Amino acid sequence: MAKRAQPITPLQTIGGAFVALVVLIIFGSLGAVILHAEGVSGLRASDWAAIRFTLLQAMLSALVSCLAAIPVARALARRRFIGRSAYISLMGAPFILPVIVAVMGLLAIFGRAGWLNAALEGIGLGTIDIYGLFGVVLAHVFLNLPLATRLILQAWLSLPAERTRLAHSLNFTTADMRRHFEWPLLRATLPGAALIIFLICTTSFAVALILGGGPGATTVELAIYQAFRFDFDLGRAALLGVIQVGICISAGLLAWRFVSAADFGAGLDRAAMAWPGDNWWVRINDGAALIFAGTFLLLPLGAVTADGLTSVIGLPLSTWQAALRSIVLALASTALAVGLALPIALLIAGHAARARLEGAGLKGAGLKAAGLEAVGLLSIAVSPLVIGTGLFLIVFPVANPVTLSLPITGMVNALVALPFLLRALIPAAAQAEASQGRLADALGMTGTARLRHAILPRLRRPLGFGAGLAAAFSMGDLGVIALFSAQGQETLPLEMYRLFGSYRTTDAQGAAVLLMGLSLGLFWMFDRGGRVNAAT
Amino acid sequence: MRLTTQTIIAAGLTLIAGGASAQTPVLTVYTYDSFTADWGPGPGIELAFEEICGCDLQFISAGDGAALLSRLRLEGARSEADIVLGLDTNLTAAAVEAGLMAEHGGDIVGLTLPVDWDDSHFVPFDWGYFAFVHRTDMEDVPNSFEALAASDAQIIIQDPRSSTPGLGLLMWVRHVYGDDAPAIWEGLADNIVTVTPGWSEAYGLFLDGEADMVLSYTTSPAYHLIAEEDDGYGAAAFEEGHYLQIEVGGILATADNPDLAQSFLDFMLSPAFQTILPTTNWMYPAALPTEDLPEGFETLTQPASALIYSATEAAAVRDAALATWQNALSQ
Repeated sequence: MAKRAQPITPLQTIGGAFVALVVLIIFGSLGAVILHAEGVSGLRASDWAAIRFTLLQAMLSALVSCLAAIPVARALARRRFIGRSAYISLMGAPFILPVIVAVMGLLAIFGRAGWLNAALEGIGLGTIDIYGLFGVVLAHVFLNLPLATRLILQAWLSLPAERTRLAHSLNFTTADMRRHFEWPLLRATLPGAALIIFLICTTSFAVALILGGGPGATTVELAIYQAFRFDFDLGRAALLGVIQVGICISAGLLAWRFVSAADFGAGLDRAAMAWPGDNWWVRINDGAALIFAGTFLLLPLGAVTADGLTSVIGLPLSTWQAALRSIVLALASTALAVGLALPIALLIAGHAARARLEGAGLKGAGLKAAGLEAVGLLSIAVSPLVIGTGLFLIVFPVANPVTLSLPITGMVNALVALPFLLRALIPAAAQAEASQGRLADALGMTGTARLRHAILPRLRRPLGFGAGLAAAFSMGDLGVIALFSAQGQETLPLEMYRLFGSYRTTDAQGAAVLLMGLSLGLFWMFDRGGRVNAAT
Repeated sequence: MRLTTQTIIAAGLTLIAGGASAQTPVLTVYTYDSFTADWGPGPGIELAFEEICGCDLQFISAGDGAALLSRLRLEGARSEADIVLGLDTNLTAAAVEAGLMAEHGGDIVGLTLPVDWDDSHFVPFDWGYFAFVHRTDMEDVPNSFEALAASDAQIIIQDPRSSTPGLGLLMWVRHVYGDDAPAIWEGLADNIVTVTPGWSEAYGLFLDGEADMVLSYTTSPAYHLIAEEDDGYGAAAFEEGHYLQIEVGGILATADNPDLAQSFLDFMLSPAFQTILPTTNWMYPAALPTEDLPEGFETLTQPASALIYSATEAAAVRDAALATWQNALSQ
């Protein structure tokens, strides 16, 4: 009997509608900018240079972030130590830092007047110069290593305890574990993690410029800024926006070719077991990875905290009001992002599960899954400036965008957070379908019952993690509010930039610590919620 | 049920009628972001103008001067803005060319700019000299671009594509050196630690000790002196003179109430407005005698000469100046 791998549920239909909605918003905004432009002008030589530099630094950043994340994720998966949970949460912090704060934190350590150079000079080793391609990649690794680590860690933790038990009874060595478990897990996870970090880095602009040391480090996003502000050439800005879409889709399809699903069969959700083949050498390696990553990520955060902690109490009232506004906005964005992401993830996971059964690769259902996910990633790859301007042009004729600035910012933040949620949810949803789908089919479970009993319990951890990322991201991102703001609608990041912009560096540093604390708090809350009753 | 609906409609109508009968005219002023902050000049100016105008002054802010201009161009004829406040003379030509501006009708008297002012669309409200700010314990402070290029002083500047001070520096070098500007930029390349998207990042990095000097204004040390009681900052005086940033206001062609808008421009040059600026915007007011400046401003660097391109000259040279800059620094 020819049977679908999995019936299409109403929720997946909603997922399809949401994908269409995302496409509509992104291409609608792009289209609005193109329509407003007086003809589409061509690219300049400097734009091509910007495209080349963007691709180069984004590829390097994604590669280094992912490679560096492997030992850290492995160590976190294998080790249990006091403070492990706090370590995992704190490690998420760089990813959610506002750019200006992250840059200042990094430079406090690696800059000309930083601790590292002071130490090197102290022992007579000269100084290092961070500015250049090295600095750009270093900063992007700082910002994205935590994300890569968490995405890879998710995969590690998805291994059923039954497999580990089997490995124990077979006396697996470290090399055996690597061949039979770790490598397939990485094959399934790394391309997706690399893709999302690549895309985040393609829209980088301030980090790339500041740490790149000058106009040689011009990215596409900066070229868009130039087109908008300096030349007011909307056609070129939109064209560059279209190029970002092209980069996103090509990278998505490319990454999908490298994905091979890890299929370890079903488990009974037992508590995780110790890793087999554990010897002193492995322990030393793991310890070194954790200490190195921890130092690299936490020192700059420590520098930011040390600079601003004492100023938090004395912050002006407007900053506290902005903080409250930002919390509400972040919660609303998160709810919206989760509402959008869950049906889309189930839809994509359904296609992916079917592709696996068909062994189709990048054809049929596989192509559908890849294409849908690429769409889900678009919102991260397309310039917030273009989207914001497009939405402004769409809203302006019918309503005053300024009065709608908070809802629009919340919506755009949810859209930008969507890819993180998808990235966390899709592998887990596909795994849940693969492991529980047949039993659910056999029991005739469909609709909400299937979702509640078979799928959702396996999504709790990635859902908590993804929602945490979405909330923290929405909290820390300046977003499109900068384009629309009016008095009394400032968010905390905007308020912080204002403080920096008017000599009030001390207050700004205090606001940065407040922002970091709130972002981390929100992230921790959601992430923790997803890990209730879990040993991790 | 019926009663409830009627009540709601009636209440709504009353509200609308009430709003209409009050007839408080609204003056919408578009300005850059830091102007409207609690600690910026906006709140004080709103209070002072509303006392005399019988109107409701509403600020709407967008990024910086260049973002402001882009916003007005996007909105075009449908804009609700009556006044734009905070463009500088590098941007005004584009605003006029785009047909956004109406001519102002007032007599401009009492200006205290270091240069003459003659512009039928815009009225200046404050100004400043661009300058490289340094700590006073810096040794061998350079006194010209050539001296700076020859020295090993490390500087941070802003990107002209995304920052108005960054663009100001291009104009400054171009104004002083003309066709020799490329050579100066090439000489400066090894002094430039990095280029930041905006003023905030550059100044923040400078305060953190990443560079010896940062491109800012001669008035920057006044903030540290007056607000922080720290006299440890100075601005290097360049003997070839300093380029000016003049910030202006103007009436938009779309203004609903040109008379009210004109009265705001007149108010802009009055002491009530001008005295607010020095310690909120940290610039020189455009129409306030030196003796009325707050204590501390007399300590600031006084450049030998003030340099500026007219709005049309600035618009004509900026693309070439940008190309020069990019070529010299991209190598």
